[in-house]
Amino acid sequence: MKKKIDFFDKPENIKRMRRVFLSCLLVLVLMDLFIPKHPHFVWENYPGFSAAYGFIACALIIAVAKTLGFLLKKKEGYYD
Amino acid sequence: MTNGIPPAFIFILGALLVPFLRGRAKQAYLLLIPALAFVNLLSMPESTNWTLNFLGYEIIFDKVDKLSMAFGYIFTIVSFIANLYALRVKDDGQHIAALLYAGSALGVIFAGDMLSLFIFWEIMTISSLYLIWAKGTEASYTAGLRYLCVHLFGGLCLLTGIIIHVHQTGSLEFGVIGLNGLSSYLILIGFVLNAAVPPLHAWLADAYPEATITGAVFLSAFTTKTAVYVLIRAFPGAEILVWLGGMMAIYGVIYAVLENDIRRLLAYHIISQVGYMVAGVGIGSMMGINGAAAHAFSNILYKGLLFMVAGAVIHMTGKSKLTELGGLHKTMPLTFTLCLVAGLSISAFPFFNGFISKSMVVTAAAEEHLGAIWLMLMFASSGTFLSVGLKFTYFIFLGHDSGLRPKEPPLNMLIAMGLAGFLCIFIGVYPYALYKVLPHDIEYSMYTAEHVVLTLQILLFTGLAFFALLKRVKPKEGITLDIDWFYRKGGKALLWLANRVIGNDREEIIREN
Repeated sequence: MKKKIDFFDKPENIKRMRRVFLSCLLVLVLMDLFIPKHPHFVWENYPGFSAAYGFIACALIIAVAKTLGFLLKKKEGYYD
Repeated sequence: MTNGIPPAFIFILGALLVPFLRGRAKQAYLLLIPALAFVNLLSMPESTNWTLNFLGYEIIFDKVDKLSMAFGYIFTIVSFIANLYALRVKDDGQHIAALLYAGSALGVIFAGDMLSLFIFWEIMTISSLYLIWAKGTEASYTAGLRYLCVHLFGGLCLLTGIIIHVHQTGSLEFGVIGLNGLSSYLILIGFVLNAAVPPLHAWLADAYPEATITGAVFLSAFTTKTAVYVLIRAFPGAEILVWLGGMMAIYGVIYAVLENDIRRLLAYHIISQVGYMVAGVGIGSMMGINGAAAHAFSNILYKGLLFMVAGAVIHMTGKSKLTELGGLHKTMPLTFTLCLVAGLSISAFPFFNGFISKSMVVTAAAEEHLGAIWLMLMFASSGTFLSVGLKFTYFIFLGHDSGLRPKEPPLNMLIAMGLAGFLCIFIGVYPYALYKVLPHDIEYSMYTAEHVVLTLQILLFTGLAFFALLKRVKPKEGITLDIDWFYRKGGKALLWLANRVIGNDREEIIREN
């Protein structure tokens, strides 16, 4: 098999992508302070609410799925 | 004739000719039917011309209005794409079943009465069953049997409800029913079973992953979306649907996160997506109904694309488990790119179609001040990006290198996928194309700074959590138990019991003789 090094194999690319990603996060939260808002709910007024909610939702889903998996995950062929 | 033919007839009669054609002619024919049906739709006037008098009741085959047309357009478009994807399938049975399935789904969409609706509903069950059984494995056979039993149960509920309803009202017409008494609840059960609303959902995640590669693409489009359509028709604004929808949006993503089989992951995620539509129907406002229809439209495109990507991966590698895949971007860059397009669309990134349609449902919830539902739908949004946009894509195409070096799928499959991907982006960039076909006129721009920034915050911080917890989301081997445990184990227990009782009787009989 031919070993081909591509974009995702180079650690410096991964590092660069990480840096771009993190700066995007920062810019988004900063922009939140300046954009005009027309909220339907109180929580939409808090700057960074969506950011925090996204992070927490994701972490919570993983936690719940892990717990459920502990209870409900069975070997392949369980029903056979 | 300028009136147009009910599209169901084009597909169903068209299916009959398939066995008589060979080679290129057959391939062209398979593309011609949906193309013809689409062009024909354009000339369907908003009136009913194809009616039949049956025992004093009026049977209507072409109930044409903006709502049925929206579903008509997307069903014919996806039939074209899926037929293109399935062009090289040698088994005529699958082509016929797919055409019958698409045709009967269109039959339901344009049915103006409950009798033809029910008949098309049942043809859908049988023709879709063939697409599961055609895989020919033991697993697909047993999953198909369970699929059949569950849908026969749903069909019976529907039929009983219809009979009581007709008896009470004296009318066979299919329109707004509303929740009022036994017959409406029975009809609702029949409908939500096909929409895969928990606890009536397990058939979907059980059977779709066992279908043939191309069959699953058709399956992902028709059954659940037809159910969404009939819910819009019959039960707009039914409050119970708001909560069922919110609940299933979350249920689906949690199971999707747990899954290891790539098509089962997508199947669970259908449940989550349909949750948004069901919630939109339940909200019942113009925005809610538009949102439900728009989300069905978008979903058919990107969910179809995801099933095509999964199918391409299985077709080229023979593997369907995340734990056995990884690093495929090296040799399947086009498929990888299309997977990204579908992933970004389903996750509702700006400039992709999911952003347009999901926003409508979420906005509908906000406009009605349904805070809890809004939070539930946003929660599921995060889970969507997590399970499909990130987990599915990452562990197939990036992640640890499985050492597999499959080629790109055949050209017809690639073009079909490209077409779906193009439409996902086209609608995202030019939403007016979608607005134009929605049931209610809409003057609303999704692209405000507020909306774009807040959506991106949710999604990108979901991404942050994903990469921070990457070790914990790593797929694991095994299956996850769901509600179907009760009838799978229950059925076995019943069999065991029956065997024992009958077995004992037989022994006694033998002894007595």
